[in-house]
Amino acid sequence: MLTISAELRDKIVAHARADHPDEACGVIAGPVGTDRPERFIAMLNAERSPTFYRFDSLEQLRVWREMDDRAEEPVVIYHSHTATEAYPSRTDISYASEPGAHYVLVSTRDDDAEEFRSFRIIDGAVTEEEVTITAP
Amino acid sequence: MAIEVRIPTILRTYTDGAKSVKGSGATLDELFSDLEARHGGLRDRLVDDAGLRRFVNVYLNDEDVRFIGGLGAPVHDGDTVTVLPAVAGGAG
Repeated sequence: MLTISAELRDKIVAHARADHPDEACGVIAGPVGTDRPERFIAMLNAERSPTFYRFDSLEQLRVWREMDDRAEEPVVIYHSHTATEAYPSRTDISYASEPGAHYVLVSTRDDDAEEFRSFRIIDGAVTEEEVTITAP
Repeated sequence: MAIEVRIPTILRTYTDGAKSVKGSGATLDELFSDLEARHGGLRDRLVDDAGLRRFVNVYLNDEDVRFIGGLGAPVHDGDTVTVLPAVAGGAG
């Protein structure tokens, strides 16, 4: 189960809406071992594409070092799908390599309705999990 | 034996859980071959027939090695090589 504050959820959705029709992506860092997403980090989509995302490699190195220095880990890795449902694609599954992370997907295909879902992706197996939203 | 290689969580099964290992070589390619002698299977997760695998980012100190010669990039004692899983995907 993913437990996340309404404030952080809203930041993910706002980022996804802002970058639509391109896919948006980012990380929420949290203290190692706590499973608590706390620090929101919007990342560049180096592909600037409506169907693909990739963290900029140098930005990723900087952010990953920063997390290391602060004893944090990527608790949430999020991205948006802009024309399809918020469910991991084959590409998402093939790249997923943080077995401890919650993979959050947002779809911006509908202007009004929200799709915010969370998954574990381990060794190619996708498991959807419950999302609990806490007060900001 | 003086180039430090930092290993991401997902590949630590090849290093007995170690976060970093040490190796030697004149190029990244030689370094990876040297590591393979002690950490069997690791090289295959980093390299395929076409070069560096697209699923990983490899950095020499502060640079992405894709921009500085890939597997042919020269490495020296005291350098740090960092491996991170590439974070990518999308609706496709």
